[in-house]
Amino acid sequence: MKKLIAIVLTAAMAATLLAGCGGAASSSAPSAGSSAAGQAALSGKVATNGSTSMEKVIGALAEAFMMENGGVDVTYDPTGSGAGITAATEGTADIGLSSRGLKDSETGLTAITVALDGIAIIVNNNNPIADLTVEQIKGLANGEVTNWKEVGGKDAPVVMIGREAGSGTRDGFESIIDVKDSCKYAQELTATGAIIAAVAANENAIGYASLSAVDDTVKAITVEGVEASETTVQDGSYKVQRPFNFVVKEGAEQSAAVKAFIEFAESKEAADIIIAAGAVPLAK
Amino acid sequence: MLQNDRSPRRRLRDNLLRGAICVAAATTVLLLVSLIGYIFMRGLPYISWELLSTSPSALRGTIGILPNILNTFYMILLALIIVLPLGIGAAVYLNEYATNRRFVAIIEFATETLAGIPSIIYGLFGMLFFCQFLGLQVSLRSGALTLVIMILPTIIRTTQESLKTVPESYREGALGLGATKWTMIRTIILPSSLDGIVTGCILAIGRIVGESAALIFTAGIGAVIAGNIFQAMSRSGGTLSVALYVYVFERGKFDVGFAIASILMLLVFGINLLAKFAKRRLSR
Amino acid sequence: MKIKTVTEKVMNTVFFACGIVAIACVVIITGYMLYAGLPAIFKIGPAKFLFGTEWASTAAEPKFGILPFILTSVYGTAGATLIGVPIGLLTAVFLSKVAPKKLANAVRPAVELLAGIPSVVYGLIGMMVLVPFVAKTFNLANGTSLFAAILVLAVMILPSIINVSETALNAVPPEYEEASLALGATKMETIFKVSIPAAKSGIAAGVVLGIGRAIGEAMAVMMVAGNVANMPELFTSVTFLTTAVSKEMSYSAGLQREALFSIALVLFCFIMLINFLLNALLKHKKGGR
Repeated sequence: MKKLIAIVLTAAMAATLLAGCGGAASSSAPSAGSSAAGQAALSGKVATNGSTSMEKVIGALAEAFMMENGGVDVTYDPTGSGAGITAATEGTADIGLSSRGLKDSETGLTAITVALDGIAIIVNNNNPIADLTVEQIKGLANGEVTNWKEVGGKDAPVVMIGREAGSGTRDGFESIIDVKDSCKYAQELTATGAIIAAVAANENAIGYASLSAVDDTVKAITVEGVEASETTVQDGSYKVQRPFNFVVKEGAEQSAAVKAFIEFAESKEAADIIIAAGAVPLAK
Repeated sequence: MLQNDRSPRRRLRDNLLRGAICVAAATTVLLLVSLIGYIFMRGLPYISWELLSTSPSALRGTIGILPNILNTFYMILLALIIVLPLGIGAAVYLNEYATNRRFVAIIEFATETLAGIPSIIYGLFGMLFFCQFLGLQVSLRSGALTLVIMILPTIIRTTQESLKTVPESYREGALGLGATKWTMIRTIILPSSLDGIVTGCILAIGRIVGESAALIFTAGIGAVIAGNIFQAMSRSGGTLSVALYVYVFERGKFDVGFAIASILMLLVFGINLLAKFAKRRLSR
Repeated sequence: MKIKTVTEKVMNTVFFACGIVAIACVVIITGYMLYAGLPAIFKIGPAKFLFGTEWASTAAEPKFGILPFILTSVYGTAGATLIGVPIGLLTAVFLSKVAPKKLANAVRPAVELLAGIPSVVYGLIGMMVLVPFVAKTFNLANGTSLFAAILVLAVMILPSIINVSETALNAVPPEYEEASLALGATKMETIFKVSIPAAKSGIAAGVVLGIGRAIGEAMAVMMVAGNVANMPELFTSVTFLTTAVSKEMSYSAGLQREALFSIALVLFCFIMLINFLLNALLKHKKGGR
């Protein structure tokens, strides 16, 4: 026991030291003149706040951007699309991240689409179903289909797992499948990863999740014969998709760092990073 | 007579009750043992130096919890720095200055009330008051200020208890020698109640380490290492407990979750041992 | 001399200010909860809000009825109390009256550890072990349920009940028990007919403390209850008052967001009620001695 505590404490202290070194290293980077565009070294803070589905994309973009501009500090708060838009409105964040379009009530803001996201329909790996039509998905979601054998599967009850009200993914799924306000959920979870985990744990489950987050613990089915992939999302043949938006306040003063980050996110260079993060860059 | 009293029925009932008591106690202990055993079994194998010493990288797809470890330390430090003067001051006021019994009762009731408010309410209040109203954003300092209110009752209570154990003769002696009240408090009262204050700190640390609901809305779940503690204060930072929630419930990374849970359990062990040690010194 | 009196006065004020902080916090928190929570209640209509059975906050025609949440919280807490109190009370009796001192000293740290386990860890275990177990045992398609939440809460409130009850049992004057034993009562009869009744207000305080903890728990419950706004049934996915707030808060906007603060206000009222009850019980105990 005592030994373990000692090890943990030592590790923590070492970690603190390391962190100190790390900070010193990164703050000295701009003086080395690593700015790729050849402009004066940028500095300052870019606070982003919003959609949890955009976590991977924004994490990768921020990491790459900060590698090039050591003096800039890009922070990300995965609070949710609604909170991100609110933060942009109130000015508590430089960029709000929204995985849905702006609502009519959300005025005074500009949405910049930086990427697209396919919403994968996922089932348990042991589920023999491989393809569903939009109509079948609708039935499964709104409770008209309660047994998998009705859509060609095993004789087992359907467990529909989805996101909580207000989520961009839920909004996207429900409006495309046309089950708005009529979904019958067995579980409502608050994040993409939670849904994947829940579907992976339950043989009878069906759920939806951002394509960028889907891994091999679950099976993404094809919708009307079209597989969810980068190409099919980009050309629009995979129907269940939605935009990833940067939301900024109209007419607000933006720092050079914020402007540069937005430009970077829209650039060709960023497209590869967006792909690496599992999302789909806009067709150029 | 006596044998008549201890009739078989009575003895049976006695044994049944004794059995029930032992079963209940055994259940409690078994629960704990199996909980801890399960956590360590699933978690300890995944604790690696890499996990403890790196930041998560979206580009490389690796997970590290160093930022969360640092955030936990910063959070403890910041919260204690603010709460200690307030809590000790309040305890001194209650024990040494206050003369109006009614007023003391009101303060004590307020303290009890604070202790009874659940952390989710603190989270919402902190979000409204510190993050939005005071404009501190979702950041470590907002989280720390929220925690200050949460742990204030603990500090007040333990300090007050140890102030009560300072013999009245000390006070009379000091005042008799011509010391003013403040000098008496500074030189006699506070030093002799140091053990109680330390116990309070340890209990408060335990509470901070385990807290999640109050911090998610106030300090966020950021996992990037800041250059120094001052930078860290103004940005979002998730503590270990928050990271556990995020990794498990939002991303479905159960191995990391169990690893963090193991670390948290080791911390709780350590904190309990320290508290016991401090209490023993206090009672001496 | 003058500087000294000034210092005296300043320190006097500083300490007074510290003393006020706790009161100020309670007042500000209460004020903010009312300020944030009341508007939506009146926009929706108090009766519709409190007794509406349907919650569809983002529907085209949103419905803000929180009766399902209130009932779930009440049932969930009642269930947890029903399971937690007997086990907790009997464990307290074990520690205070039955166990040899050495054994009690070995068990007590276990209870303290149980109290120190973060709620997310309870949630993790609940999600990974309990939920699949419930689904298998009761042959359900989906294990996240009120029942799973009750079990998790029951374990979480154990330490509060045990600690407070044990303190109360220890405070029973030994003369009471000695007298009972001398009159020929067995040890068990003495415990259940003399010690427990004598400690009843302390035990009640422990139970109320446990209830407060159960009704206010958010994270652990969130991970096992399924979070669908159903009217509570033992084996369906349910939403508690706490989870209703934390689940939708991050994505909420407009009236939905305001209504979430109203839910928090309802929860706050429950908590204040419990606080007053607890205070009365503790005072009663002090007065009784």
